[in-house]
Amino acid sequence: MSEAVAIRAPAIRREPGKFWIVPPAALLALLFFYPLALIVRQAFLDDSGVANVAEIIRVLHSRFFLNALINTVTISVAATAGCLIVGLVLALILAFVPFPGSGFIARLIDTFIALPTFLVTLAFTFLYGSAGMLNTGLMEAFSLPLPPVDFLYSTWGVVLAEVTVYTPFILRPLLAAFSLVDRGQIEAASVLGARPFRIVRQVILPAAVPALIAGGSLCLLLTVNEFGIVLFIGAKGVITLPLLIYGKAIQESAYQVACIIAVVNIALSLGLFGLYRFAAGRLGV
Amino acid sequence: MLVWSRPGRIVLWVLFALIFGVLFLAPLAVILLSSLADQWNGVLPNGLTTEHYADVVKGAAWNSVKASLITGFLASALALVSGTWAALSLRLQGDALKQLLGLLFFIPSAVPSVSVGLGLLVAFSHPPLLLNGTVAIVMIAHFVLISAFTFGNVSAGLARLSPDFEQVASSLGARPAYRLWHVTLPLLAPYLVAAFGLSFALSMGELGATVMVYPPGWVTLPVSIFSLTDRGDIFAGAALTMILVVATLVLLLGLERVTARATGS
Repeated sequence: MSEAVAIRAPAIRREPGKFWIVPPAALLALLFFYPLALIVRQAFLDDSGVANVAEIIRVLHSRFFLNALINTVTISVAATAGCLIVGLVLALILAFVPFPGSGFIARLIDTFIALPTFLVTLAFTFLYGSAGMLNTGLMEAFSLPLPPVDFLYSTWGVVLAEVTVYTPFILRPLLAAFSLVDRGQIEAASVLGARPFRIVRQVILPAAVPALIAGGSLCLLLTVNEFGIVLFIGAKGVITLPLLIYGKAIQESAYQVACIIAVVNIALSLGLFGLYRFAAGRLGV
Repeated sequence: MLVWSRPGRIVLWVLFALIFGVLFLAPLAVILLSSLADQWNGVLPNGLTTEHYADVVKGAAWNSVKASLITGFLASALALVSGTWAALSLRLQGDALKQLLGLLFFIPSAVPSVSVGLGLLVAFSHPPLLLNGTVAIVMIAHFVLISAFTFGNVSAGLARLSPDFEQVASSLGARPAYRLWHVTLPLLAPYLVAAFGLSFALSMGELGATVMVYPPGWVTLPVSIFSLTDRGDIFAGAALTMILVVATLVLLLGLERVTARATGS
């Protein structure tokens, strides 16, 4: 590695330096791109290694696949919308109506990025589960025979958990964008009598659009790929593409089916990744 | 200040406290509370106990703490070397190739972790590359998933580095290897530490790829927490989750302090 930078500086000896990229690139090719290519190959072969293209059509038309696809897209879009709204509200308050300790709170929310996603689901079981605090409280208060709140084991439980987990990914670029907004402009607008809502719409939001688009497309990508939250909720009706791949490969040992679904899932993710890179690159976030 | 009236500000702060409390504070608080709960039949636990932690430390779950720490350390170290190497040597490439390769190094972060695990199972289940059922395949899965983050962090650091130092060093006659070791890498150190910390944290919480490939003797913390809660042992699961959270936070804060001291800020 030490020679890597070495050979760069003098222009005439530039050429040999090009080969220093080979070791890390080869490692990634062997451990990532080769397995990825084999997933695509396996999608065309049945589990005894014979070509079977009809299976692809059967899987793509099957109810379990279509349900999982619809669930994945619904959850991802709803969770991203939720993250954008919650992230925007929190960022506006943190940046423009700060309170003592708001810097610390912003950093605390930021550390959520490093925590495992399933933590939130586990916590939601205690909070909103059928024997959780909210339901027990309501049943005791109103002497109800059955738990009244049961959104947790539905699509909405997953969406709420994902909003919690992925809002920090919106908050971070938004706070960065807001720190560049000229405070003088806001004060001038408000001295001239503009109401806060109008200042947000005409001065602050335009500055936030790049961060919202980049953060939003990152959220779409991460929520499509999310596995831990859905696995921990363990609701029978809420199966997403990653969960279906896990079920087919590990629980049913149906590798061809798993690979077919994985190809669809990877294509969806790479498309969203392209969107994110495009948005982030173009808007300079 | 956007809102000048005091009542207006208070309304907004209450709204903030409500969102923050429900979404972020309540989950952490309830995990802590349930990890200490003795019996929990009402709204609040009937009593507090450290029994779940004692069970977890004595039982097989403690092995998963070790498995997670070792996996996280080795995978992050490998990702740090490979990511730094890739970011440094990418500077030697022409512009077109630099862009393409830079994109390829980022792609592992975009692919769903379950599919990364599935790919490793498909690729390494037959000789000559028979890794299925070994600890190595777990390390590889973690390495692949975190490598893009290390690469991204180090690249960002390199982009912010002023080229002056390196140019001065070489104009003073510093040999390339000497310059890399004594100028470039020390300047990059804060980014390297941050990259290592983030990868370690990501590895500690990784679940999707690990459930696909882990062998029976190498159950990481998240897998262990899942099997505990799946069996209905949610209090022990909560205790183990708290151990995971504390380990991650201690690690991140520790590394942050090291970086702050090194850069004198």
